[in-house]
Amino acid sequence: MATGTTMTSNTASNMAGDTLLKVEHLSMKFGGLMAINDFSFEARRGDITALIGPNGAGKTTVFNCITGFYKPTMGMITMRQKNGEEHLLERLPDFDITKKAKVARTFQNIRLFSGLTVLENLLVAQHNVLMKASGFTILGLLGLPAYRTAAADAIEKARYWLEKADLIDRADDPAGDLSYGAQRRLEIARAMCTGPELLCLDEPAAGLNPKESLTLNALLRGIRDEGTSLLLIEHDMSVVMEISDHVVVLEYGQKISDGTPDHVKNDPKVIAAYLGVEDDEVEEIEEKLDKGVIEEGTV
Amino acid sequence: MEYFIQQLVNGLTLGSIYGLVAIGYTMVYGIIGMINFAHGDIFMLGGFAALIIFLILTSFFVGIPVALLLLVMLIVGMLMTGLWNWTIERIAYRPLRGSFRLAPLITAIGMSIALSNFIQVTQGPRNKPIPQLVTDVYHIGALTISLKQILIVVITAILLAAFWFIVHKTPLGRAQRATEQDRKMAALLGVDVDRTISITFIMGAALAAVAGAMYLMYYGVASFNDGFIPGVKAFTAAVLGGIGSLPGAVLGGLLIGLIESLWSAYFSIAYKDVATFGILAFVLIFKPTGILGRPEVEKV
Amino acid sequence: MTTQLEKNEPGLMAKAVKEGVFAGLIAFGMFLLFVGIETYQDINNQLVWRTRWGLLAIFVAIAAIGRFLTVGFIKPHLDSRKLAKAKSGVLEISDQKSFFHKHFLKIALLFLVCYPFLAMLIFGRQGSLKYVDNFGIQILIYVMLAWGLNIVVGLAGLLDLGYVAFYAVGAYSYALLSANFGFSFWLLLPLAGILAGFWGIILGFPVLRLRGDYLAIVTLAFGEIIRLVLINWTDVTRGTFGISGIAKASFFGIWSFDVGAANNFNKAWGLPSSSVYYKIFLFYVILALCLLTAYVTIRLRRMPIGRAWEALREDEIACRSLGINTVMTKLTAFATGAMFGGFAGSFFAARQGFVSPESFVFLESAVILAIVVLGGMGSLTGIAIAAVVMVGGTELLREMEFLKHVFGPDFTPELYRMLLFGLAMIIVMLFKPRGFVGSREPTAFLKERKAVSGSFTKEGHG
Repeated sequence: MATGTTMTSNTASNMAGDTLLKVEHLSMKFGGLMAINDFSFEARRGDITALIGPNGAGKTTVFNCITGFYKPTMGMITMRQKNGEEHLLERLPDFDITKKAKVARTFQNIRLFSGLTVLENLLVAQHNVLMKASGFTILGLLGLPAYRTAAADAIEKARYWLEKADLIDRADDPAGDLSYGAQRRLEIARAMCTGPELLCLDEPAAGLNPKESLTLNALLRGIRDEGTSLLLIEHDMSVVMEISDHVVVLEYGQKISDGTPDHVKNDPKVIAAYLGVEDDEVEEIEEKLDKGVIEEGTV
Repeated sequence: MEYFIQQLVNGLTLGSIYGLVAIGYTMVYGIIGMINFAHGDIFMLGGFAALIIFLILTSFFVGIPVALLLLVMLIVGMLMTGLWNWTIERIAYRPLRGSFRLAPLITAIGMSIALSNFIQVTQGPRNKPIPQLVTDVYHIGALTISLKQILIVVITAILLAAFWFIVHKTPLGRAQRATEQDRKMAALLGVDVDRTISITFIMGAALAAVAGAMYLMYYGVASFNDGFIPGVKAFTAAVLGGIGSLPGAVLGGLLIGLIESLWSAYFSIAYKDVATFGILAFVLIFKPTGILGRPEVEKV
Repeated sequence: MTTQLEKNEPGLMAKAVKEGVFAGLIAFGMFLLFVGIETYQDINNQLVWRTRWGLLAIFVAIAAIGRFLTVGFIKPHLDSRKLAKAKSGVLEISDQKSFFHKHFLKIALLFLVCYPFLAMLIFGRQGSLKYVDNFGIQILIYVMLAWGLNIVVGLAGLLDLGYVAFYAVGAYSYALLSANFGFSFWLLLPLAGILAGFWGIILGFPVLRLRGDYLAIVTLAFGEIIRLVLINWTDVTRGTFGISGIAKASFFGIWSFDVGAANNFNKAWGLPSSSVYYKIFLFYVILALCLLTAYVTIRLRRMPIGRAWEALREDEIACRSLGINTVMTKLTAFATGAMFGGFAGSFFAARQGFVSPESFVFLESAVILAIVVLGGMGSLTGIAIAAVVMVGGTELLREMEFLKHVFGPDFTPELYRMLLFGLAMIIVMLFKPRGFVGSREPTAFLKERKAVSGSFTKEGHG
């Protein structure tokens, strides 16, 4: 690690298991619509936690509540950092969630600074570190060496993530010029440059071809192994089942299942939610499952 | 009390004019999302068209009935400004549609500068006074209501009714509303988007022309730089009512008219424009969607 | 190519004639009242009218013939050229830039430094006054204002239509503080900048959460409010009469440019008494201020705050997701831009010796914004070129006395100044919607610095 802002994989695995993010009784109301209703879950440090559910289940709303873009109607979101510091995310303004609570995110429809180069995108992500180093611009204007070292460090950190995301050759091209898959990776690399302990990814595999999907999985595993926990929303079940350690299923704003990928994929409620059966048919499916009519893992 | 009601009447009259101009802003903003900065100058052109028609008619036909005179002034003014706005949209805005967002704003500002200076160059920089057109005045107790005030309010009401009918009950209005919702989708479904936008510009200009003629009738004077301040006030009205909303534009116009006349009556005439601009800032800061506007949800 | 064109010609000509006639008709309708009829006041102050059919005919003819030529000849010619270029498959990109192109900035700077002396050499002492003052100083003031506004609009993407308010704050700060307390130019210059920046924060704080067009309108409203207060607060500002007799700037307190003063600059150097030396001095002051603005802008762009500004222009929500406090970032952009406006304002007051609300109308804001956008948002070179073209070009009209021989003695070219300015704004935007310099220089690079094409950069949403 070039920067030392995140811990190495060793320490991460030592600490694995303790709760990193705790969402309790989260509710979000838009006008008369209850988008999220009394939703609770926990994400553990060192895990890749996946939040899945049918379209319109409220996954992105949960994300926006965690990352401060929405203020939840009710509920508590606690982020516990490695150093023991705790932040109540629902009380922080969105930028402080990244800056102080160390939760970074990406967006469902990629939001890059398309007119800045790839490298510049990664430098913007290190804004707060650089601001401090530049004495909030004033010392930097005078050209003091402290800022120059910090700026060089920032470029090194950017280079590290560019290599990880396989974008090093495109560093000086405008971000808007990259292919879709590369833009996805850049957005993740950019979020990592903020030095997060929890990285929230909103459908990272959406629109990727199978090859790009594989590269993405490798990148995400790499990020986890370096000590950053992940929380992701995903539609692509192959991604979810392959890389996540823990899956939470959301339907109509409520949690319907929570557990390991194996547990979730055999949960009749989940099957019902995904296949869209009526409530009374759920039991039927449960019976069939018991009899082995439906093979496990076909969903 | 009479004084207060008197001010209400004055405010209502002024507000009708602002409301008519505000509709042009609100429709154009609704349909192509651009502040048509030159709209205030279209209003000024309408006033000049009415002025020139007035001069020609009164010199050829001495003793022409006032009603006929007014009708011709309004109709020629509407046609004339409609033609202007159609051309302006064709030349200065359409080529930039869908390009850089600031570009049409800059051309609109350029157009505004060009239009007011065009009139200054062709008609001279001095104020143009005309004699009182309608002089009848009615007294109700201590209250004085002039016929021209009644005319202004009535004409505004008639036009609004006609306008509302067009937007809500005709295929053209449906095309306009569809284009406003989603231009691409409307085009895919066979709406001639270019034509719809052109007609929107013409309609806005026609209303502005009526407002310009009435402004001339009310104040009895026209000037090449009449476009700016009434234009900004009308825009304020559109924002106050909720930009994109037609009833909002009228409501905003009336409110701005009332605020202006009441402020002048009770506080200070010198600061009446400060009051308008202050309200504009206040509304935008605390309720950017205006009174009747739809709330805008930030999409993440 | 030619055979193809010839084949099309009959249809094309018919189309061109049709379009030309149509344009003529439209022009006739548009100009019938406003050009064909002239209204004027007679001796009794009565408004009367007369016709100007000749002028109307000229307008209609220009529209018709212009359209005819465009459709019939110019457009096919351009199309065929484009086609030929596409066919040959060679893109006209040459890495070999000319000497002039490569060293443009150095040459421009050298020229500016020598400019007053060149003017003196060519036009004589009194003759050069016009060139140093009306062209040199005037254009440089606009360059500085546009560079200041560029921080707000070009970098941070915040559309500010009331920038002239900060120019006014700077000018009145200097005028009032120097008249009432006798402070010197060199003390008041930074003070005026700080005051304007302070006003930028006060005005910026409530409005900066607004987006795009709404922000533009609120800033316009604030600009107008400040102007109206300057007009109406007569006890302090003397209203529309303005403040006159503002103290001149001194040569860093060593020499004065007041004629009566003992340490008069001209006397001290044994120069003949002429105001041109003061103007030359002012020219160098504003040049230095411009260079300061450019230096600060270039430095800030490479600092985290400058990058945050540009990121803000590109995507505000992404900025917030990266832990950037967007309100603070916007405020610093607004205040920095306002500060440079304040510097320019205090310089303006010292140069004119007179300030009145007349100088701070909305039109000024529009002109400055137009220069920024026409130049290419964010590009210092492009903006400077735009200022020279737009301001210098319209100033040039004042000099065109010979036009009187063409159009008759009543012809006053100045009258057409703003008309042409407005038309030029439209035409430049139509042909170059991204301004003269559309590309953007990256602020950091790993291997090579490649300019970012304008098609990727965004223009901000608020």
